[in-house]
Amino acid sequence: MISRRDFLQATVATSAIYGAGDFTRAAAQQSLSQDKLFEFKTTGNVTLIHITDIHGQLKPVYFREPEVNLGIGIVNGLPPHVTGKDFLKLFDMTPGTSEAYALTYNDFSALAKTYGRMGGLDRVATVLNSIRSERPDALLLDGGDTWQGSYTTHHTQGQDMVNVMNALKPDAMTSHWEFTLGIDRVTEIVDTLDFPFLGANIFDKEWDEPAYEPYKMFERGGVKIAVIGQAFPYMPIANPGWMFPDLSFGVREERMIEVVAEVRELGAELVVLLSHNGFDVDRKLASRVNGIDVILTGHTHDALPEPVLVGSTMLIASGSNGKFVTRLDLDVRDGEVKGFAHKLIPIFSDVIAPDPAVRALIDEQRAPFTDQLSEVLGTTDQELYRRGNFNGTWDDLLCNALIEEREADIALSPGFRWGPSLLPGQDITREDLFNVTAMSYPEAYRSEMTGEFLHIILEDVADNLFNPDPYYQQGGDMVRVGGMGYSIDVSKPQGSRITDMTILKTGKKLEADKTYQVAGWASVNEETEGPAIWDVAESWIKKQSSVNINPNTSVKVTGV
Amino acid sequence: MSLTRRNALVLGSAAFVVTLVPLHAFAASEKTMADIKAFSGGAAVSNGGIDLTTPEIAENGNTVPVQFSAPGAKRVMILADGNPSPGVGTFNFGALGDASGSIRIRLAGTQDVVAIAEMADGTYVQIAKTVKVTIGGCGG
Repeated sequence: MISRRDFLQATVATSAIYGAGDFTRAAAQQSLSQDKLFEFKTTGNVTLIHITDIHGQLKPVYFREPEVNLGIGIVNGLPPHVTGKDFLKLFDMTPGTSEAYALTYNDFSALAKTYGRMGGLDRVATVLNSIRSERPDALLLDGGDTWQGSYTTHHTQGQDMVNVMNALKPDAMTSHWEFTLGIDRVTEIVDTLDFPFLGANIFDKEWDEPAYEPYKMFERGGVKIAVIGQAFPYMPIANPGWMFPDLSFGVREERMIEVVAEVRELGAELVVLLSHNGFDVDRKLASRVNGIDVILTGHTHDALPEPVLVGSTMLIASGSNGKFVTRLDLDVRDGEVKGFAHKLIPIFSDVIAPDPAVRALIDEQRAPFTDQLSEVLGTTDQELYRRGNFNGTWDDLLCNALIEEREADIALSPGFRWGPSLLPGQDITREDLFNVTAMSYPEAYRSEMTGEFLHIILEDVADNLFNPDPYYQQGGDMVRVGGMGYSIDVSKPQGSRITDMTILKTGKKLEADKTYQVAGWASVNEETEGPAIWDVAESWIKKQSSVNINPNTSVKVTGV
Repeated sequence: MSLTRRNALVLGSAAFVVTLVPLHAFAASEKTMADIKAFSGGAAVSNGGIDLTTPEIAENGNTVPVQFSAPGAKRVMILADGNPSPGVGTFNFGALGDASGSIRIRLAGTQDVVAIAEMADGTYVQIAKTVKVTIGGCGG
């Protein structure tokens, strides 16, 4: 019998470095050798490699994991809704270690100085080379949110990511933000790909027919494998539907049941769902659709060092922004998974040597934009990060910029989960600003809204996050609010969660029929007008001697 | 060391009940109740024997695709419980029909869509599904 401790040692890339502050960076990295990170006992006959939600990050970044990530109803307290010290305790990890730095928010800036940036697709390439040297026919599966999220991705309409990902040779991908490039651009790119762009849940709206390949059959290690793709279900709701007007999405559980039956009929011995549903949606789907062996989850940006089992389905969560790659070896015999080995490989960029060819290819994508990327707009006194259910300092910065530059009472910034972090004292470059804003509908609107309408917006978004049924959740975080505070009881139904909406400047409660000046960005409405959010933020950052964000205490959370 | 599924730590799944969502608790409006009563002549209406497929969240509240299937039914009525007039329509089936159909309906807001069938033996069954109509715009 293997103990929990053995399992963890076998599956997590560990290095027991205690009291990180006492160690020099070089010493920490020495004991973190590449060989140790890659150590893996090749198992069974099939290897899956999963990477997801890269969000245009070609280069290594700092990325702070969330402090607040609430689980509602029966998933309360279950991974991935465990953060910080609770996370370390659950997975038997020690504060201050490399894995604690990679997976939690605690002491982030201090540990970042020791362990350095994570990610970089040239380092990912080295990981792939190592795995492929042991298992040449390993399947590389990309969970989507790949072609959006950086300055170069924005200015090349995703071409930089397509070029670099092609060099990594994925076997399939699925999608979400890809469609915000607009349907014509998506079609143009998909036509050039050597691998399928899967989406069993994407339908042509007019004829109600499948619009993309639902699955691809592979044979690896003598095993027939079906990889089914599932795109983000709420594409036309959470993002601008007018950019891909003829497509319909949805969870489409019945469709998934049909597709699983179809691939089993075709002889699939291993069924893998490459999903952009979000973790809780996949957890529910796994409990209701039989016959899926592995779900490679995405969208909600969770990184888990162990698989989560639901019945006989393994759920894998591989993080975001290029920070991690999951390797999953499976022993498939007689149409059944008999055993597995799993490792969430943290991409420590100072430890893993970049692959020279992919590094050169990345430099080539960035070369035309060198001057723009490196221009320093300001510096920051604080850690700038995005993740957290209710706020993050990056969005506080954007809200402050919106209020001051657009002369508004209240600012709204969407609850996106992408966007790397900066450490105190760091310069803010144009690249850094685009890393948290780059997308195709950046117009910063300014409009009048009544107190009642603002309440409706907050209630609506809160239900996308805190509806107890995961199929009704869209997987983003709460809309970030500047200039206004509120209380939220996450246990209440829609319409009664949000109370005490207060203008921070005056301490006055919002009045339902009074009109307020509201500035925001990333509206899904087609006619939205205004300057791009990055221009608004740049103008504001340049006026600060250095960016100083007060701790945000304006959201009171109860009912957890 | 060989790791098997059996050996692996099943994180949290022991606490994870397969039936995630309780059976849909359906509390109909007065108008809907009146429509159901008129359809069934006041007979008891039970659950089961009828399927209803709706999107969990409508992509466009003005045209929401709804599919139903009630094998062996003579008539199926569709209601949008939260609309000012809940009645959407009634489908009548001959003896050879498969008693299934699809329709696009307009929903005034988040609400339950209800399907009620009169079966061949004169009994009545119903099903309700919540369709959320949202302003959207904040996805991940």
